[in-house]
Parts: sequence; C-alpha cells; structure tokens
Amino acid sequence: MGRVGGRRRDRLRWSKLYTFSCFRTPATDDAAGPSAASDGGSAVGGPGFSRVVHCNNPVLHRRKPLKYPTNYISTTKYNVLTFFPKAIFEQFRRVANLYFLLTAILSLTPVCPFSPVSMIAPLAFVVGLSMIKEGVEDWRRFIQDMKVNNRKVAVHNGDGQFGYRHWEDLCVGDVVKVEKDQFFPADLLLLSSSYEDGICYVETMNLDGETNLKVKRSLEVTLPLEEDESFKDFRAMIRCEDPNPSLYTFVGNLEYERQVYAIDPFQILLRDSKLRNTAFIYGVVIFTGHDSKVMQNSTESPSKRSRIERKMDLIIYILFTVLVLISLISSIGFAVRIKLDLPHWWYLQPQNSNKLDDPSHPALSGIFHLITALILYGYLIPISLYVSIELVKVLQAHFINQDIHMFDEETGITAQARTSNLNEELGQVHTILSDKTGTLTCNQMDFLKCSIAGVSYGVGSSEVELAAAKQMASGADDQDIPLQDVWEENNEDEIQLVEGVNFSVGNNRKASIKSFSFDDDRLMQGNWTKEPNSSTILLFFRILSLCHTAIPEINDATGSITYEAESPDEGAFLVAAREFGFEFFKRTQSSVFVREKHTSSKGTTEREFKILNLLEFNSKRKRMSVILKDEDGQILLFCKGADSIIFDRLAKNGRMYEADTTRHLNDYGEAGLRTLALSYRLLEESEYSSWSAEFLKAKTTIGPDRELQLERVSDLIERELILVGATAVEDKLQKGVPQCIDRLAQAGLKIWVLTGDKMETAINIGYACSLLRQGMKRICLSIPTGDQVAHDAKKAAKESLMLQIANGSQMVKLDKDPDAAFALVIDGKALAFALEDDMKHMFLNLAIECASVICCRVSPKQKALVTRLVKEGIGQTTLAIGDGANDVGMIQEADIGVGISGVEGMQAVMASDFSISQFRFLERLLVVHGHWCYKRIAQMICYFFYKNIAFGLTIFYFEAFAGFSGQSVYDDWFMLLFNVVLTSLPVISLGVFEQDVSSEICLQFPALYQQGPKNLFFDWYRILGWMGNGLYSSLAIFFLNLCIFYDQAIRAGGQTADMAAVGTTMFTCIIWAVNMQIALTMSHFTWIQHLFVWGSITTWYLFILAYGMTLRSRDNYKILLEVLGPAPLYWAATLLVTAACNIPYLIHISYQRSCNPLDHHVIQEIKYLRKDVEDQTMWKRERSKARQKTKIGFTARVDAKIKQIRGKLHKKGPALTIHTVS
Amino acid sequence: MNSHAAGTSNGGSGDAGGAGAGAARRNTRMPKYSKFTQQELPACKPILTPKWVVSVFFIVGVIFVPIGVVSLLAARDVVEIIDRYDEACVPGNMTENKLAYIQNSSIPKDCTRTLMVTKDMKQPIFVYYQLDNFYQNHRRYVKSRNDAQLRDPSKANKTSACEPEKTTADGKPIVPCGLIAWSLFNDTYIFARGNENLTVDKKHISWKSDREHKFGKDVYPSNFQNGSLIGGAKLDPNISLSEQEDLIVWMRTAALPTFRKLYGRIYVDLKENDNITVRLSNNYNTYSFGGKKKLVLSTATWLGGKNDFLGYTYLIVGGLCIFLAFAFTLLYFIKPRKLGDHNYLSWNRHPAGR
Repeated sequence: MGRVGGRRRDRLRWSKLYTFSCFRTPATDDAAGPSAASDGGSAVGGPGFSRVVHCNNPVLHRRKPLKYPTNYISTTKYNVLTFFPKAIFEQFRRVANLYFLLTAILSLTPVCPFSPVSMIAPLAFVVGLSMIKEGVEDWRRFIQDMKVNNRKVAVHNGDGQFGYRHWEDLCVGDVVKVEKDQFFPADLLLLSSSYEDGICYVETMNLDGETNLKVKRSLEVTLPLEEDESFKDFRAMIRCEDPNPSLYTFVGNLEYERQVYAIDPFQILLRDSKLRNTAFIYGVVIFTGHDSKVMQNSTESPSKRSRIERKMDLIIYILFTVLVLISLISSIGFAVRIKLDLPHWWYLQPQNSNKLDDPSHPALSGIFHLITALILYGYLIPISLYVSIELVKVLQAHFINQDIHMFDEETGITAQARTSNLNEELGQVHTILSDKTGTLTCNQMDFLKCSIAGVSYGVGSSEVELAAAKQMASGADDQDIPLQDVWEENNEDEIQLVEGVNFSVGNNRKASIKSFSFDDDRLMQGNWTKEPNSSTILLFFRILSLCHTAIPEINDATGSITYEAESPDEGAFLVAAREFGFEFFKRTQSSVFVREKHTSSKGTTEREFKILNLLEFNSKRKRMSVILKDEDGQILLFCKGADSIIFDRLAKNGRMYEADTTRHLNDYGEAGLRTLALSYRLLEESEYSSWSAEFLKAKTTIGPDRELQLERVSDLIERELILVGATAVEDKLQKGVPQCIDRLAQAGLKIWVLTGDKMETAINIGYACSLLRQGMKRICLSIPTGDQVAHDAKKAAKESLMLQIANGSQMVKLDKDPDAAFALVIDGKALAFALEDDMKHMFLNLAIECASVICCRVSPKQKALVTRLVKEGIGQTTLAIGDGANDVGMIQEADIGVGISGVEGMQAVMASDFSISQFRFLERLLVVHGHWCYKRIAQMICYFFYKNIAFGLTIFYFEAFAGFSGQSVYDDWFMLLFNVVLTSLPVISLGVFEQDVSSEICLQFPALYQQGPKNLFFDWYRILGWMGNGLYSSLAIFFLNLCIFYDQAIRAGGQTADMAAVGTTMFTCIIWAVNMQIALTMSHFTWIQHLFVWGSITTWYLFILAYGMTLRSRDNYKILLEVLGPAPLYWAATLLVTAACNIPYLIHISYQRSCNPLDHHVIQEIKYLRKDVEDQTMWKRERSKARQKTKIGFTARVDAKIKQIRGKLHKKGPALTIHTVS
Repeated sequence: MNSHAAGTSNGGSGDAGGAGAGAARRNTRMPKYSKFTQQELPACKPILTPKWVVSVFFIVGVIFVPIGVVSLLAARDVVEIIDRYDEACVPGNMTENKLAYIQNSSIPKDCTRTLMVTKDMKQPIFVYYQLDNFYQNHRRYVKSRNDAQLRDPSKANKTSACEPEKTTADGKPIVPCGLIAWSLFNDTYIFARGNENLTVDKKHISWKSDREHKFGKDVYPSNFQNGSLIGGAKLDPNISLSEQEDLIVWMRTAALPTFRKLYGRIYVDLKENDNITVRLSNNYNTYSFGGKKKLVLSTATWLGGKNDFLGYTYLIVGGLCIFLAFAFTLLYFIKPRKLGDHNYLSWNRHPAGR
C-alpha cells in the first residue's frame, strides 16, 4: 500500500509512446460524454444486460434485489450434509449396484435362497469403499478451494482505508487494490494504476495460455482515483452485461459524476489473471465467484469412464439378459413343476403350502420364484468385479505414482494418477491433443544464433542439428539399416565427426545464463570490434538493446538487472545485448539508457537515447519500431519484425545482406528457431518532423478509422529500411520433448497442438518439436482479414474457408507420393467456423489426412470443442495434455486429461486425470503403464466373466435336477467366499502385476502399444471366447461330477454321496479349474502371483477344513476329513475335471502361439532364448522396425537432415559447412 | 480455482533458506526405490515352447490313461444286484390303483423277492435302497429341519424352519421336526440264503461325525408322527437320535432326484448263483409321484461302487492328450516356427499393412 516515493518517479505515461491496440480508448476520451455509450452501450439495460453494480457501495449487493453471489467458490461435488445422500445416489446410479441393492432388499424376504447377510455384506462393502474414495477426492477439492478462498486482498473498508480481506468475503461493488504479481480475485473494472495514465500489464496465462503481457487501460475519468484516500467518497454505478463465459467481450456503461462512459474489455481485469510490471491497481468488483468469466468458462468436470469399462457395462447387460433368461426358464420350470408335480409330492406336504409354492396358484408362485432365481443366479454378474477393478486400479495408480522414472528431480514431483478410473484408457490412446506453452515449451527463450551483415554467428546447435550430427557420426551409412535409436546414448558434449569436425553443444558449455545460450568467440568479450563489419554489428546490438518495450528492474541486493518484457523473446534480446556489452538499465518517460562496453579492457559509457515514437508490435503488423534520437542528435528508426515483412520494406541500398540473411534464416528455421529480422533507417530531421505531424494527426483522429490511419502513417515511415541481420531464438522446449513426440509418433499416436499463441509462434514450435519440417506440405487455414461489414464478412469468411478446406482435401487426395506429409495449420478465427456443424466433418476429414495438425489462437472453449470433435469424429480415445487454466476445458473434454504440474498454477492439474511434471513422462505413462494397464484390465475382466459364468451356470444346471426349486448345491458360505476370498486375489494379482513384456521392451518396441488402440485384448472375439470357455467349463464341471457321483457309493465303506459331498466336490473342481486357468493366463509370475494362485487353492482346503470343524455347518461338518478326504474318487474327480476344463484353452494358446504368434509372444521368446544378447544386430534391427514409419517427429526430420548434409558433403567434399570449433 | 503460483510469493522466504534444504526436501519426496514399487520383482516367465506343449500333453496323457485303466478295472470288480420291487410288490388286483394300496394301512405290505447272485460277492455286501424321482433336493424339503434341535435336548422347542412339520396340532414341538424326518423311508428288508438268515448289520451306516456330533445322544424322538398326516417311518421314542442311524442317513439329503442310501451291510460272502430271498415290507409311498423303488446289493472297491464313467472319462481325456501331443509334434514338424523368429513379428509379416 504505502507507495514509495521512488516508485513515483518511475511512472511512465506509456500512452505517449504506444500507438495501437490498447489505445482505442482515446476514442472514448474524445467522446467522453453521454453519447459514448453508442456502440456497445445501446444494449445495456436490455435482456442479458441487467447487471447493476454500485461501486464502492457493496452493502447494496448484500441484500435483495441486487444480491449477487459472493466471491466464494466451490468446485466440490458434495458438502457435509449432501455427501451421504448424494454419494449414495451416485453409487446407485450404477445399474449393477442398483441390482445388487434390489437383491439385498429381497434377501430379507423369504424368496431369497441365501441368508440376508451374504447378500448385504458384500454390497455394503462395495458401496462403502467407493463412497470413501469419492469422499477423499472431494475433500481434496475442498482443501484446494479453501486455499483460494482464503487468499487475501486489500479491500476498501470505507473512509479511504484499505484492509486485507479473504477473497471469499469480497462483494460486488467492493473497491480492491491488487498489487504486483497478485492474481485478481474477481472480475474487476480497472479504475487506475500506479502508472499515471492508468495502464497496467496483465498476464492471462491462466485464461488463454498466452505468455505475453497484455496492456489494460482505465478510463480517463477514473484516473484521479490513484490514492487510497480518494476512494472515500467515490460513488459510481455500472450497468453491464450479465455473467457470461466470453473472455474477450464486455459491454457496459459506467455512470460516474452524472455522465455515462462506455466500458470495453480493455478496462476489465479478469479473475485468475495476474498483475505484472505494475506496482498496483485499483479496481471495482463487477463479477464475483461463480459469476466471473473464468468460472463461467469452467465446465462441470465430467466423470469419465474408460472405453473398456463402458464395454464391460455392455457385457454386464448381456449377462443380465442371460440371467433373466435362465431365471425365466427356472421360474417357468418351477411353475410347471408346482402345478403338475407338486400335488403328488406328498413328502413336501403340498396341502400345507404357502404362497411361494402353492400348487393352486402356479403363476403367482412362478413370479415369486423369478425373484428367487434372479438372486440365485446373481453370481453370473460378479459383484466383486467392481470392487476388484477399483482395487486393482488404485494399486495400478499407486505404481504410476511410485514410478521413479517419472519423478522429476528438479521439481520433486512424481507422476500422479488423480483418478484411477482411466488407467487402462492410457493404453488405447489414438490422438494426443497438446497445449504448447508450458507443456511442450518452457516458455523460456534462449538467444542462440544471429546473422549480422550476412555472417552467421553462434556455434551452439539446436537439438535437431545435434542429433543429425550424431546420426552421421554413428555411421549409419547403409541405407538398408534404418535409423538407430538416436536418443539412446547419453548426450555427449562434443561429437567427433568422421571428418574431424566438432559439433559443440551450446547448452552444456558453461555456467549458462538464463535466456542466453549464444556462444561464439567472434562476438563475445568485445571481440566483435575486430570483425570486418563492426559498425553493422554495433547497430545490431543497439537495435537489440533499444527496440523494445521492456522495463528494467534492478535487484537492490545484487545490483543485477532483470527485465520485465512483454514477451520472452524481448527478454532474451535484452539479456543477449547485455552479454554483448550493451546493458539497458533505465527507462524514463522519454529516454532509454544503455550502458555500453565495447571491449573488455575499456570501461563502460552510459548513453541516453531519446525515444520519439514507439510503434509497437501487433499480430497484424508483425513488426515493431522505435524512433529515437541518439546523443549526436541523429534520428534513427529501429525496426524488428518477421522476415517477410521486413524484407518487403527494405531500401534498395539496404539489401546488401538479403541473400545471405535469407539463407541463414532458412537454416535457423529448419533448426527450429524463432527468427526475427532487424533493420534500421536513418531519418532526416525534416523528414521526421513532417511525418511526426501526420502521425499526431492520425493519433488524434476520432472514429473507427483511427487505427487504419495510424497503420497507414506508420507504414509510411517503416520503409526504406536497411537490413542489419537476424536473430534466432530457441524457444526452449521442455526437456526431452522432441524425443517424446518422436517416440509417441512411432507408437502410432497422432499429435495435435492447440495453442493460444500466434500462428508464427506455433509454426516455429511445430518446427522445434519436429511436428513440422521442411518438405512438408503445409495447409494453412485462416480467415482473410480486413473485413468491414460484420454481416457479410461472416458469410464470406465461411465460404473462403470452405474453399480452403476443399482445396486442401483435394491436394491431399491428388498427391501420389506415399512419403508426402501434410501439415494443417489453422487459426482460431477459422477454427470458429470450421467447428460449426456443417463444416466440422470436412475439417476433420482433412485433419485426419494430415500428419500433424496445429491450431493456433484458440480459446479455451475452442480447445474443448476441437477435442470433442476429434473424440466424437474419430471415435477413438483422445488424450489432452496441458498445464494452464486455459487447458482445463480440453482436459475435461478429452477421454483422458493429463495436467502438467509445472509452474503455472494448479487448475489444469486439478481438472486432470493424470498429472505429470514434464511432457516427456507422457511416453512412459502411455507406452509402459498404459500398455500394461490396458492388458491387465482387459485380461482381468475377461477372466472375471469366465470365472463367474463357469461358477454361476453350474447353479443353474443343478436347478434342473432340483425341480427348479431354488436350492443351491453349494453351501451359502462357499458362494459368499467364492468371489470375495477364494478367487479374488489371483485375479487381482493378474490385474496389478501382470507384464507381458518388461518396461524396457515396451519402450524399445513402440509398435507393441498398438495392441491397445487396436483393442486386441478386449474385442468381441476375445470376450466371447472367454465366455464360451466359461460355458464349457461350467458344463464340464457340472456334468462330469454329476455322472461320477450319480448314485454309486463313493467310498470303500459303501457310503453314497449326499448333496454336501457333491457340492463340495464340484466347488473344489471349480476352485482348481479357475485357478489353473489364471495360471495359464498369466505370463509373469513373481512370488506374489505364486502365493496368490496356489494360496487360493490352499485356502480353499484350509477353509473347508476349518469350516468342517465348526458345528454351525450342517452337512459340511468334517466333510473333508471324514467324507471326501479319504475318498480316492474325490481326488480323482478333481484331477479329471480340472484337466478337462483347461485343455481347450491350452490347445488354443498353444496353437495360437505356434501358428499365429502375437508380437509380444515373439518378443517373449526372443528374450527367453536370450537371442537379444546373442544376435544383437537382429535385435537392433527389429527394434527400429517396430517403430511406425512416421511422417512427423524427430526421426523423420533427422532423416531429411542427413540427406541434406549428405548432399552437401557430396558437393563440397569433406569441408563441412557446419561451424568448426578450433 | 486458482494457482499455487500466488502462494509462492508468501512462501518465498522459506525457499530462500537455501537451495540445499530445498533439494533435500525434494529428495525425500522421491519415491523410494524398491523392486516392488518399480514393478521389477524377479519373475519367472514361462512360455509355451513346443517342447513344453508336447510334454505337458504327453505327461497328462501318460498319467490319465493308467488312472483310467485302474479305475475301470476297479469298477469292473464291483458286483451289483439291482431289484426294482415297487411294481412287483403291488398285489395283482390293485395294480390299477397303487395309491389306494399303499395308503390303505389295513392291506398287508409284505412282499417276497428272490435275487440271483450273478457273480461271487465278497463281503461286506452293501444293501441300498434306491429311490427315483424323489426330490430330496427340493428347497422346501432341504430347508425343513432344525439342526439345533437334533443336537441338543434343551432346544427341542427350536422348530424354526421346520415348516410345515413344526408342531403337533396342540402346539407341542415335534422332535425331530421338519419334512425330512417326517418322510423317513420305512421299507424294511430281511435277507435269507436258502434257510440261512443273512443278518443285515445296520450299525455304522452313517457318518461317524453325524452320530457323534450332530444327533444328540440324549435327544429322543417326541410327538413324532403323531399328527393326522403320517409321513414315513415312526421312530422308537426310547432310542436316542444318535442311534437312529436310518434317520441319520435319511437326513443327509441327496443331491439328485435319483439316489441310493445305505440300508445296512451283510458280512457274508455270496457265491454265484446263490438265491437270496428278500422279505420286505413295502410301506413307502412312491406310487403317488411315480417313483421307482429298488433294492441294491453291491460290493465296493477302494474307489467305491460300480462307476465306469470315471474310468472311461479318464481314458478319453488321457487319450486325447496323447493324441494332442502327437498332433502338436506333427504341427511343429509340418509348420515349424523357430522360437523367437523375428519374421513372425507383425511388422515383418504385413509390411504393407500399416
């Protein structure tokens, strides 16, 4: 609060320098008056524009009729009161749970064939477990919300006093003071800032992912409100639009001092954006809490279910149908028996029947019996399936969390499976939609190279060059042998080429300076003065240090200077200039001060440059210029911008270096660097003054064509430029990103990049991470600019886009070259049209044909819409990965959302299903964990169905022999324990520990991943196969036992088998059969699997022993010790049935492996025979073949690069054109 | 709904404490390495090599065939005499109305049958009665008993679940209650070879545990078969339940509607062509539901009774396995695939199929 006097001095009136964009406001300046509410204001007061805000009078908003929600936000699903009913409701929305609930209720009635406990206990267990999980997850959300709600902000308490208050206590109408680097607590109207002219810088990273700062500017009329005290009597009223999710529009009027002023989006500060480069601002709260635009943008986080689970539901429906069918058969059978036979069964005393089996009302009895049968055969639908799957997934998630290979040492963050629902979905991903900033890139620019006066400086190599060099060095000359794994060896600092040329790696050279990786002795330490073109180089450095809008910040402790720049590029330039000896250290209203140090020996000189004009950057102009007067009184125009723009504006005598520079720019571009061309122009005093007059005139123009005027005037001066050189900045990719993209592409995944950035930036990044490369045919879709009449323009734009898409499709279709790769680049505006219903399929079809797709300038909502389009259009699993709040929509929309838990806030992570700390971990997450989890879950579910069919159907068969009476041949306890204890652990161990191949092999053979997207392990063929196997097993178990125990004595003592003996034997057979089955299914036995599988069988015997000891049991008393144990027939039957059940499956897998082996089978065998060690060339060759041939990605790129270098070698002989290190 | 980044401005002082401390804190967050958490536990990864396939099938076959042979031989050793008497014991004038015959207690139910021993029978010879179409496994039937009452004299009143045979008309508890006991089988057999009486030993025909633990030594039948509806046999109220072995055997409900129950043992060797005279009282009503009644005399081997099925099945499964062993051997010869042959990898097999 206490404003330091010193800071006041720093206050600048930017409006004097700035020309465009944010300064549309002067228009309202001039029109300051009631008429200002002309354009947007007319709607105010109408429907959808009813909000009234009494500024600085929040009391009015605490009660009706103007009561608006407080700033309290809640993203939780439940609260203390609603948790229980709501969570229970959620649980019983699952059909299966509802069914089990029904059976549990019915178990209290006499129709139930089992004891109520055996029905209710498992259900309570299942539901309880799931509810606890829900509760814990919601609690975490609550804690997160509380953190946000309890943040503090300075609020006007009246009488010009500001005090800190929690965010949640903020009200509409409150005046708040937000200080530097704080987040705005709500949507605010900017009143004034620490800058005299009321501008402030805002970082909207959390809203749209853009990292460059945006300028906001208050209305002139509120500028005087710059002190705490001035708010004492501040009263104003805002009438504006109702809460809506549109981030970039705002319509409203400010009624202040009996006049009406129009408010436009430039005065609105949105919640979740951050104040930057500005000491403080005052603002009045317009939208609070859930009314704020960012909250309106957030969509309800959908509960996601994996494809496998959805299919599983389908299977459950099928099983349910089977269940109903056999129950119907049973009940009809029962009714018939009751009607026809029961009267004759005197031993049942039919004359004393109750309703349940009344021979005189067979239909009624049949209906009752239907319920009994539904419960009895309920074992077909495994209640424990859900519990087991839930448990398995939690354990799988635990493994993901614990994976040391996904631990980021820098941040100390591990991968986190935030919901465990989707583990197996990771193994089936088809398309990845990725955010750019913060996900692929670190948003850190490194000055890497430059071209000055036609000479390229900078010996550091970008990653692409490096790998290409390495590839060359490893001598992969033989074209037949495809690329080896470029990334396998550790990065070495220097790679010796065959010809004795060294590549050096800039990044690792020395203690690196942030944003500066440049290395070339010709320029460093003042050596540039010895270069032939030193005067041009001097100019180049001056442009770097002067042509910008940054503000220096001096760290008082160390005296070092950091720069607050609008974009990271600018920051990198300034750091570079500083390193070259041109330290920008001070900016005043009209001047820029630079400390120059030309040679290392000489001291520094401080120079002051008077800034006359500043023509700043915008995406339309693609250039920025400063006009300044140096100490000699010379007027200079420095201009930097996109090469195409600059080259168009060069003077005849300014094209000296054009050819060389163009070549360098191409090289840089190919190396994935962001390039800008630098130029200057000398201005005559007279020339400038005449232009200046015109410029001033344009600047004061009133009306809509002011901007056009300004542009036109700027254009007049920004020509006749003289090219100085070009810069190449590496947009630092996150560690391992190109490799990861490469590998993911090799695993057959499609990668789309969705970014809020400009098209050029996006394309650059496309190059840097190898999604684009030279030689790729690029299809750019954008809406031609310059539309005036809104109505017509829309139609025209749409038509032009339609045409572009059609042309693109045609181009793709007609291309005969199989290696041709297409890249689609689409811009946000075009996307808005392309996403409309009539066009989206065309667009999607084109996009599918393209090897890589980049969408730029997309809003968060569009990201989500694109994701939905891909998800629904392709019908395959999509994964969205991002790090900022602007990615939340897409993360929630995609089948799987992955959040990068980096530096940008937590929204993305909070909304995500998985969070990782670096993009590169995605590879392991998908290729290793996804692959494993997919197979595990798929096999587990198949086995579950097998097991329950094998068991459940035997109960049905028995009914046919028990007059359909609902009697089970098994003891209640056997049935209860079957799913819960006796067969659960092996299947859980299958689901948790099974590995078809080890993690290294998963990574080495990306093709194995395709088993997931192709769904080889959960297709209908396989599911039905398993079900058939279950059916067969049930038949074998029941009828073999039936025949063995039919009527004969079972022992030498002459005793015959009673129901308990038959049931127990059959149950023993089932236990053996299903456990042997799982042993055959598993391919990976650690001690845990051994323990669980064999332990389950042992447990059964122990259980039957123990159970036989308790008197509670009826006919099972001492059944093993006395009845069955001594009977050889029992053991013989067990052996026979177990073998008979498993032989068909054994035949199947033996045959499949010998005649139709799957990839993992062969690899298992290679590993088993240690062939990978013995025949390493084969192993290596296969490994590289296992990669999908890709058109994108690093490998493709390196291939191209090698061809290029080879070509050069061929032409020029051994002399490489790559810089040599002496 | 907001980022932690803002929080760091407050927490900044903590971080400034030193990078070393921060690093240490981070390292503690590093997952501990263990073979378990990294899923690198040593594992045995068996794979089905041709050698394994053939030998598994072969070994199963080699084990199963002898078992089949042995059990078939054992089953063949068993001599079994089955005599269906339910039809034959109805007097000639009542064959049209068997129900009236069996329900009329004034008609004597005695009946004499002669059995011819087809083969030498070594003692012990087991006497069974076999009922047909009798649903002892009917849910209503199975439920209708109370174990507590059978075991403990003080729990005679516990007749829950015994519907509809719980109490007498005047409310006294029936011991043993329930339909099972009520419908106790009551045909009796007396055997003679020529003039020599063959005593049937009815001791220990039930499971020892049943006698000792499930049917109380001091529980005596009471109010049994006293009602208007008389089911099957009556019990001597002076003999404790644990000694009523016929009841104990009967109470072990059979799994299937056709079942045999042990009646007693004869400890006399029978010779081929011996004629056995059986004097039986044909009391039990199977006529109303058309069930057959059979008297069975059988020897038993170590495997039990005459059970060809087990032996045959073993032979079939064993034979199948041996056949499969050969079939797979043949398959591996005809269509050999070198183990771990990289040519079988999908990308080598369908190079165009990408």
